[in-house]
Amino acid sequence: MKFFLSILLAFAWFASPVYGQQKPDTPFNRMMKDSFRSQGIAGLDRIVQDATQRFCSNPQFAASPAGLKKAEELQKLNMETIAQPSDGQYLGDWKSGEAIAQSGRGDTWSDSASTTNGGGCYNCHQINQKEIAYGNIGPSLWNYGKNRGYSQEVITYTWNRISNSKAYNACSNMPRFAHFKILDQKQIQDVMALLLDPASPVNQ
Amino acid sequence: MSDPMRIRATEKDGVVDVKILMKHDMESGQRKDASGKLIPAWFINMLNVKAQGKDVFNAEFGPGVSKDPFLNFKYKGSKGDKLVVNWIDTKGDKRTDEATVS
Amino acid sequence: MSKLLMKRIQWISVLALMCWSLQSFSQSTADDIAKYREMIADGNPSELYEMAGEALWKKSAGPKNASLEKCNLGLGPGVVDGAAAQLPRYFKDTNRVQDLESRLMTCMETLQGISAQSIIDAKFGEGPKKDMDAIVAYVVTHSKGKKVQVSTAHPQEKAMYEMGKQAFYYEAGPFDFSCASCHGSNGKRIRLQDLPNLTTHEGAIAGWGSWPAYRVSSGQFWTMQQRLNDCFRQQRFPFPIYGSDVTIALSMYMAKNANGGMIQTPGLKR
Repeated sequence: MKFFLSILLAFAWFASPVYGQQKPDTPFNRMMKDSFRSQGIAGLDRIVQDATQRFCSNPQFAASPAGLKKAEELQKLNMETIAQPSDGQYLGDWKSGEAIAQSGRGDTWSDSASTTNGGGCYNCHQINQKEIAYGNIGPSLWNYGKNRGYSQEVITYTWNRISNSKAYNACSNMPRFAHFKILDQKQIQDVMALLLDPASPVNQ
Repeated sequence: MSDPMRIRATEKDGVVDVKILMKHDMESGQRKDASGKLIPAWFINMLNVKAQGKDVFNAEFGPGVSKDPFLNFKYKGSKGDKLVVNWIDTKGDKRTDEATVS
Repeated sequence: MSKLLMKRIQWISVLALMCWSLQSFSQSTADDIAKYREMIADGNPSELYEMAGEALWKKSAGPKNASLEKCNLGLGPGVVDGAAAQLPRYFKDTNRVQDLESRLMTCMETLQGISAQSIIDAKFGEGPKKDMDAIVAYVVTHSKGKKVQVSTAHPQEKAMYEMGKQAFYYEAGPFDFSCASCHGSNGKRIRLQDLPNLTTHEGAIAGWGSWPAYRVSSGQFWTMQQRLNDCFRQQRFPFPIYGSDVTIALSMYMAKNANGGMIQTPGLKR
């Protein structure tokens, strides 16, 4: 009995998401493996998907009843990985935040490991109304704090959203800035200030 | 060895419309390369167009003209005019191309 | 009319004017960009590449000292007219689906003895890739104004289309981006750059039908392979190998979605 149990346990361990699923040897998976190579800081490991990416790569399943249930699980998983600021400070310097929002640099194969990453926020969002070159993939963030108020609930929600957007929406189009270390803690504090400092131009 | 120009010239009511597309990097001398060094200036600075042997257009380009310059001008002329376009750049490189007005 | 009512009407009309001008400001920015495009369309520098490409097509080159004039792009040896419109497609001699650039590499290897690897390894816009840009410009010009006509009748073509679709939705990398993140729905825009929805016919022909193109801002001629390469770079993916199956699969996906639409290549971009 004990022997049988340990076999079962081993089987369960290898099948669990913790260990990671074995990629089936399909023509598609072979194609993805063979079509790319490492370049600069962009390694081949980037082609390996995590559970959330794998789920969101199948929009048909994601929209099904079973998919919606799975999405909730993934949102919970993502939420659990979020760390609150180590110094307890949620807001930094909005001027810095604006610069981070404007910059789309970093993490590509033409960037070096020492490149300071930007958040690329204006690529998808309107933020300061003065900036007319903004994208529309995400909602407008103009008057972000002014509209929502400056309660701790709003502050924590915003911190979480920037750190890992998929904690709230499993297939959010927004990169997980803290989760993948795109922005560091200070940078996120600065972007937070851009959105939630009452003195920020965004809230005038 | 410089690349050929694309010259198109059409006549209507005694006026010839000339369009010239030139292949040239036209470095202004203000740009920096990946290592931060200034890329030296190199651009077309003299351009001359003759129709039937007579000057119809003369230009001195400066560093403000962008890459692969496109030039469009009109002159009083006729179908069948032989156009000769030539340019010289700041390195002394030259290019001459011909076309006939249609 | 009472003074108060007058004042109210004034305020409402000022507000309405502001709202209208704000909305029309972004609309007029898009209009101005369209006007600018019209202006520069008159002298598309792609024509310079096309001229150079024609010369290269006819010139003897490589260890075999042969031209490309017998290159079969799917419509018979040397037939360039309409060739780009039916690519990508299955080729019996290589037993695979190929796009224009991979097929040109096949021709360069078999007819001229030029190694495909030397072209794959070269940097975009330099050496053998620079020649490739010109030849691509020459070939696509001969499909300008024609309709996209790719087939998925052959099982390998159909498989390529399906894999292209799957690759289109494949999320990966530190930004969780797939092609669909930007090109998967209508009306999306990054900064002020409108993005075609490549899953629909209209979006697919807008994208597939306008590349390769000359980009005025960088003064460079970009083929579809280069366009895909830079997309992957911005997605924070690793480097797609030149002419690899994922690039051909995605091309097949876009081309089939664009079927029946008008080809406008070589295009002109800001």
